Order: sequence, then structure tokens, then C-alpha cells
Amino acid sequence: MNSNRPTNLDLTTIELPLPGKASIIHRISGFILFFAVAFMLCALAASLESAESFAELKSVFDNGLVKFITWGILSALGYHLVAGVKHLLMDMGIGETKEGGRTGAIITLVCGVIVIILAGVWVW
Amino acid sequence: MVTSVTNLGRSGLYDWVVQRVTAVILALYTLFLLGFVIASPDMQYGQWQGLFACIWMKVFSLAALISICAHAWVGMWTISTDYLKAAAIRFAFQLVCAGFLFVYLVWGIDILWSV
Repeated sequence: MNSNRPTNLDLTTIELPLPGKASIIHRISGFILFFAVAFMLCALAASLESAESFAELKSVFDNGLVKFITWGILSALGYHLVAGVKHLLMDMGIGETKEGGRTGAIITLVCGVIVIILAGVWVW
Repeated sequence: MVTSVTNLGRSGLYDWVVQRVTAVILALYTLFLLGFVIASPDMQYGQWQGLFACIWMKVFSLAALISICAHAWVGMWTISTDYLKAAAIRFAFQLVCAGFLFVYLVWGIDILWSV
């Protein structure tokens, strides 16, 4: 490799192209989901333990903060799923060109926003 | 060739396949649960408990749980090798991730099998 190539890895000075933005949000949402699993398991445990804990869990969802956290987790999950589907489609060779990558990123971002809004409507 | 010792499959290609197979399982599980919850707006405990008491649901849930662990490991490993250049810090981060996932796995199995 030509060692005289200019390199700039200072991420703060690089404007990410659209597919790059779709990709980094996919990564961030995955990172969030890693910790969100703890909340999901907590809720699953409470929902299955007994009829009382099930009812208690339901009433906990009336709390504004719990609603917000739930919406956040659902948003991360929804976006991660949408972007993941795009990934699988690209693995199959769909939209692999530069233009296709841009179109795919736009579709992913639009679908992501729709899913996040729907999740918000569902929670509230 | 340098042999990597911390990635899941000791090979990038194996990790790549694991990431995709587990992704499909998790997507199916997520959509199934979403559909189940949406189909019963006024969910009662008996319905919910009945679902998780089915053996096929236990199999499906355990598959999803194991998939979460493998999928998250590959993802967090990738993040750690991308951003954490100091070997000690990277290894410490990976240890914490492995700890989390081990707890998730045991905790999840306990929840599923106590139904």
C-alpha cells in the first residue's frame, strides 16, 4: 500500500455520508440494546411470576419515566431491526452500488422514523 | 497469520454467519411477540403465562436468548476492536460484556424454566 496516502481519522472533522449515518445509528442502537436486555428480562420475569406481579407490572407502565424508557428501548429495537433487514438485503446483493447504498440508507432512516413514531403512539 | 482469540468463532467468516443467523431468529421472535401482544390489546396473565408455558415457546424463547448472547457478543466484540486500541482496556471491556451476557443467559433460562 502507498504509505504516502493522506489519512484523516479524526472523526469529528468527517461528515458521514448518509449510509454512514444509517450505519452508526445501527451500531449505537445495538449498543443500547445490549443494556436494554436487562430491563426486558426484568419485565419478563415480573410478567410471568404471578398474576399479582403481572398486574403490578402493568400499573408500572403508567409511570411517565417507565413509558419513556420503554419507548427508547422499542425505538432502538425497531431501528436496529429495520437497519438489520437492510444489511441482510445488501448481503444478498440488493442495492450494493453507491447509489443503491444511498437509497437503502434513506429507506432505512425513513422506516426507522416511522417505527419510532409508531412505538411512541403505542406506548402513550 | 495472526489468530484472534477473543472473537466468537475464531474466524471472521464464522462470526459473519453467526451474526446473520441469530439476527433472523431475533427478528422472527420480535415480530412474533409484537404480533401476539397487538392481537390481544387487553392481555390477561393467563394468556401470557399460557404462551410461555408451551414447550415450543420455551424452545423459541431459548433460541432467542442464545441468539441474543451470540449476536451481542459479535457486535460488542466488533465495537471493542474498532474503538479500543489499548489491549488491556479492550480485554477488560470484553470481559464485562461476557459477564453481562452470562448473567443474561442464566437469568433468562431461570425465568423461562420457572413458568
